Amino acid sequence: MVDMSVDLGGLAMRTPVATASGTFGYGREYEGLVDYSALGAVTAKGVRMSPWPGNPAPRHVEVPGGMINAIGLQGPGAEHFVKWTLPRVRALGVPVIANVWGGSAEEYAQAAAILDAAEGVAAIEMNVSCPNVKEGGHTFGSSPQTLAATVRAVRPAVRKPLIVKLAPNVPDFAPYLKALEDEGADAVSMINTMPAMAIDIEKRRPVLGNRTGGLSGRCIHPVAVKAVYDAHRASRLPILAMGGVYGPEDAIELMLAGATAVAVGTATFTDPRTAERVAAGIAAYCGRHGFAAAREITGALQEQDPC
Amino acid sequence: MKCDELCTVASATAIGGGYSMLLLDAPAISKEVAPGQFVHVRVPALAESDLRRPFSVFDARGGRIEILFKSVGRGSELLAKVRPGDRMRVAGPLGRGFPDPAPGADALLVAGGYGVAPLHFLSARLKEKGFAGRIVLFAGGRTAADLLQLDRFAALGVECRTATDDGSAGAKGLVTVPLDAALEECRRSGRPFELFACGPGGMLKAVADRAMALGAPGWISMDRHMACGVGACFACTVKTRDPKGGVANARCCVNGPVFKAAELVWD
Ligand SMILES: Cc1cc2nc3c(=O)[nH]c(=O)nc-3n(C[C@H](O)[C@H](O)[C@H](O)COP(=O)(O)OP(=O)(O)OC[C@H]3O[C@@H](n4cnc5c(N)ncnc54)[C@H](O)[C@@H]3O)c2cc1C
Ligand SMILES: Cc1cc2nc3c(=O)[nH]c(=O)nc-3n(C[C@H](O)[C@H](O)[C@H](O)COP(=O)(O)O)c2cc1C
Ligand code: FES
Repeated sequence: MVDMSVDLGGLAMRTPVATASGTFGYGREYEGLVDYSALGAVTAKGVRMSPWPGNPAPRHVEVPGGMINAIGLQGPGAEHFVKWTLPRVRALGVPVIANVWGGSAEEYAQAAAILDAAEGVAAIEMNVSCPNVKEGGHTFGSSPQTLAATVRAVRPAVRKPLIVKLAPNVPDFAPYLKALEDEGADAVSMINTMPAMAIDIEKRRPVLGNRTGGLSGRCIHPVAVKAVYDAHRASRLPILAMGGVYGPEDAIELMLAGATAVAVGTATFTDPRTAERVAAGIAAYCGRHGFAAAREITGALQEQDPC
Repeated sequence: MKCDELCTVASATAIGGGYSMLLLDAPAISKEVAPGQFVHVRVPALAESDLRRPFSVFDARGGRIEILFKSVGRGSELLAKVRPGDRMRVAGPLGRGFPDPAPGADALLVAGGYGVAPLHFLSARLKEKGFAGRIVLFAGGRTAADLLQLDRFAALGVECRTATDDGSAGAKGLVTVPLDAALEECRRSGRPFELFACGPGGMLKAVADRAMALGAPGWISMDRHMACGVGACFACTVKTRDPKGGVANARCCVNGPVFKAAELVWD
């Protein structure tokens, strides 16, 4: 038997496979379609302090190899989430990672404190990298200084594992990871969607109501592999990796590059059982390659010296 | 409870005008699905990163479900090429369907093009349940080729009134031409009725407006592009009135696709 359990900066996961924020609702939406016992964690959709309406429609468009979305973080607010949604998600018996965002560092901290205090939240993921909301989100992760200031505000409010989710579109991850280490984050998750746009050439209009959005799915997978590889070399922070995981091979690639665990996002829309397949495939890979535990795959890339 | 069923194609038939009928072995979905609900189909020949496509159920009986669809793009064109014996994943039943009309009311069904699909299933179920009221279908389309499966409605004993843009069948003009005539009859006779609609956006708004103006219940099946189909992604929003008087973004796939006319806010 392969030991599939992993420790993501203090979050105990029974398999190294989670679901990605925004693609799995608040957890229960896939009941009937998914075997929750195969999941290491469920990441809930992002919430902030107050309810948020999200962006105008259309909010997504299919593109070759994936999709562009501009949902705009529609959500009911942290208190509503804790009071009404969480109790029903807890019944699934899977650790819940709450995903939080805000319009200011103080709001991040306030919302994170509510989530941290809630029974049934196993860890907190800070989204500082959503490309779809002008007010907050992305700006907080767009420079190492603002990132450090935001994490500094949130860290004292959170006793549970604190995971910070980075954008892929930065020239160098090292200063961001340094900021996370300095401010006491427990783990990093990467990658969020990539800024993207689609144009309807007949109407000569942007397809999305928000004009631009975030690219996800199969097509961003190699970007995620490189990002995780760079991050693992630059930092010791455990990595929760996402970006175009459609099968076990994709997850194993990310783990070899340095991820402790992976999250399945867009692929769930087409095949809700993707995360289960990925977990089973990781176990089989460990058997084939003589790994006694899934955690041994992390960073087990064999590199030749470049000549 | 919804499930993701591996379905085998029992038959696939082109019926002209770019439309096809698909009969799928789907024992689990067939048993549970109610009129107005939909299924989320993984079209076999699409790439793994292509999304599923939502389709209403046209009929469900004997462990099978039937889908009536139009080829309008990549996914539906590939779906028209499936053959008996082919297999595909189908998630369902999904969404909230049509309620039964109140006892004693007439059911006025208004459809444009493939919008007849959920209304056929509704008619079939109402007849099975011994619904005593009248069921009348108002079907509209661009040409006679867009008036679909009227013989199946007729076989159920549903009265059909039609309109086409080009006048090639039924009244010339929009489906509201025969509908308004019937609504006038109802107004004069004082018979209670409920409206059920599925079709293009303009038609849905016209039906919702009439339901509101006449104070009759209106049940409107909305069509939105979908990603997850189960309420997880918030991609498929429909504007609705929230209880506090503001506008809310409801999810077509779980709060709908059938909405009360009075709930909807039109752009
Ligand atoms: C609840 C519901 C029930 C439906 N029932 C039927 C039915 O019974 N028969 C039928 O023929 N069609 C039905 N449709 C519409 C059908 O889903 C689209 O025609 C189909 O998805 C088009 O896919 P495509 O790949 O051929 O087109 P493309 O234009 O290539 O599709 C590209 C993308 O846009 C989406 N898309 C395009 N048009 C629509 C549309 N009108 N509605 C939703 N998504 C769209 C696709 O899902 C895909 O993500 C229904 C839609 C909904 C939401
Ligand atoms: C529809 C949609 C909504 C998303 N919403 C969020 C969100 O609320 N918070 C967040 O941190 N990431 C969000 N993401 C990003 C995903 O969690 C993930 O990082 C990204 O999609 C890459 O993974 P994938 O290629 O497997 O989808 C969203 C992605 C999609 C497709
Ligand atoms: S399609 Fe995902 S919420 Fe409706």
